[in-house]
Amino acid sequence: MTTDTVILGAVAYDPKVVTIWEGFREFFAAHDLAFDFVLYSNYERQVEAHVRGDMDVAWNSPLAWLQLERIAKRLGRSAQAIAMRDSDRDLTSVIVARTGEVASLADLRGKTIAVGAGDSPQATLIPLVHLQQAGLVPGRDVEVRRFDVLLGKHGDHIGGERDAARALVAGEVAAACMIDGNHLLFAREGVLPSGSTHIVAQTAAYDHCNFSVLDDLGAAPKMKRFTELLLGMSYADPTLRPLMDLEGLRAWLPGRTEGYALLEQAIDAFGTIDGFVTEIAGR
Amino acid sequence: MTTTREPAQVALELGPLGLDGGGTVLLSHTIRRAGLVAGDRLDVRGLAPELAVHGRAWCRAKGHGFTATPDGFTITVGRHDADRSVGAERAGHADLRRPDALAEVASPRWGLAARGALVDAATPAVRFGLDRRVDVWADEAPALYAQATAAQWDPATAIPWATACDHDPAVEDAIVQVMTYLVENETAALLVPARFLAQMHPHFREILQLLAVQLADEARHIEVFTRRARLFRDELGSSSAGGQASLQSLLDEPDYALAMFLLSVLGEGSFLSLLWFLHEHAPDAATKAVTRLAAQDEARHVAFGLAHLERHLGLEPALRERLVAAVHRRHDALADTAGLNADVFDALVVIAAGSLEPLAIARGFAAVTELVHDMDRGRRRRLQRLGFPEAEAAALSELHTRNFM
Ligand SMILES: [Fe+2]
Ligand SMILES: [Fe+2]
Repeated sequence: MTTDTVILGAVAYDPKVVTIWEGFREFFAAHDLAFDFVLYSNYERQVEAHVRGDMDVAWNSPLAWLQLERIAKRLGRSAQAIAMRDSDRDLTSVIVARTGEVASLADLRGKTIAVGAGDSPQATLIPLVHLQQAGLVPGRDVEVRRFDVLLGKHGDHIGGERDAARALVAGEVAAACMIDGNHLLFAREGVLPSGSTHIVAQTAAYDHCNFSVLDDLGAAPKMKRFTELLLGMSYADPTLRPLMDLEGLRAWLPGRTEGYALLEQAIDAFGTIDGFVTEIAGR
Repeated sequence: MTTTREPAQVALELGPLGLDGGGTVLLSHTIRRAGLVAGDRLDVRGLAPELAVHGRAWCRAKGHGFTATPDGFTITVGRHDADRSVGAERAGHADLRRPDALAEVASPRWGLAARGALVDAATPAVRFGLDRRVDVWADEAPALYAQATAAQWDPATAIPWATACDHDPAVEDAIVQVMTYLVENETAALLVPARFLAQMHPHFREILQLLAVQLADEARHIEVFTRRARLFRDELGSSSAGGQASLQSLLDEPDYALAMFLLSVLGEGSFLSLLWFLHEHAPDAATKAVTRLAAQDEARHVAFGLAHLERHLGLEPALRERLVAAVHRRHDALADTAGLNADVFDALVVIAAGSLEPLAIARGFAAVTELVHDMDRGRRRRLQRLGFPEAEAAALSELHTRNFM
């Protein structure tokens, strides 16, 4: 990209995405940085467009980040995570079962476990690799039932996890997987009635979304300005607070990539993105 | 000036209470009450099996640090959660006796917040056209509101609807005509303040409340006058172009002070005379009751209009010229219209006469002539109370619409 305008790619997993990036456009404009965004209906389309050069920076799911990073590597290029939300750090997922039926992971052998969308790091890939590392190979030792709400959105939409929790309560499955924060939410909402279910396993901590760039674009003046303005956004500013609430953060932090190790183990174990990476890198 | 101190460490024992069952209330409350700031620690202990899982999720969402401990978790208070209240401000004060109760200009940022609430600075602005205290306030509003709510009457029980019709049928026809006219005018008296009510900043809640009760008064007036018209007759009387033109000019007035001056001080003021006249000459108990109850309500409406304009004029003397201009403008606009519906004038004569007998009609005619004088005297008195010199008050009263309202 050669213009002065920062072009961002984002996936429209929810109508509020338009409100969020329009809000960011106003914020950057108020600081004399030209900014525009392009919305994609799924992360694969966005990663493909990013590699082609259609954007400067992408708001990527952790899985999309790994897709981009691996494709870049195959092409002799590189990818950087330049910023992330404070709330993107140190998430965990939990495996939940009905109380009295399943005491530990070993009790899940031969049973069915509900997960979220097939491409959801938090509700599917990371919990399943946790099971595999505990000696229960998905598809062999436990049957996996997917709740594929909005495939291509990498689990950004909460619907799959909620459906999995409902299936657990309805007795259709022996266990369900979800992000820790959604467990708290579902418990408070009554989707998981108090006392009827319990957590049988919690994964190690992992990181979520980031702003990704390719090659050395992060050092370009407009991208340095973009990052500087982003990290300077203050929750104390009442004009920014509604936007930050909508995007679910208190502060932007510099990007870090060591938090994606667990997801890397999952995609290596399951070959989740191999076909896509080969396809795009081979063009 | 900030002073540095050692990070504080506070403990919270939740017992069996989980964060999914209300425990987060105690987390927030403890951080606030203990005055914990960024870097301070809160050790949370409890028996709920999911305590640490939920604690991690809650801390991440609030921007606090999280460390698991053997029997719970430790919160390291983040820098940003307290930022939520930065810029929040009090929208005046609920207690009118306090000097900071009312703002001279109510902020759009206060929106619909209760007066006195602490309003989040990120609240979206709501534009209310009437946001200046000088334009809307009357110190008498709380007392008038209290009177109005105490004086609400039930149309079903307050009026002796089972009254007999033992008067002249011509008088009953006249009553039907006058009631038809009254309903039309009450409708204007409902709609004119209603339009301004929707533009008024809720900061001036006593004014909103008073106007709302006033609208309810007019709703009852419309009801009881309609019901009285149809007590012994099926069909209503006539509505004239001149009468409606007069009311239309009230609806068209975009300025609150001018509209309330024309409606309440001049219009409803004149109606007070009319309603007491009808009460005096009423041929039956139902008519007597509806006119008396409506007149009592109208007296409050007039008192509110006077109180508000008196204060407004005291603070902004230039309003005087605008009031004068409004009377002239309305007079000129109505110059080529007939004014009062001729059927209404005739009906008033017949009601005061009690029959169609010529000598009675002469008495009725004299009574209506006296009514018109009485309305004029009332208008002049109110105009003088607003500070108009006697001669100017007389001239302005003279220009008031012949439709009375
Ligand atoms: Fe009325
Ligand atoms: Fe009235």
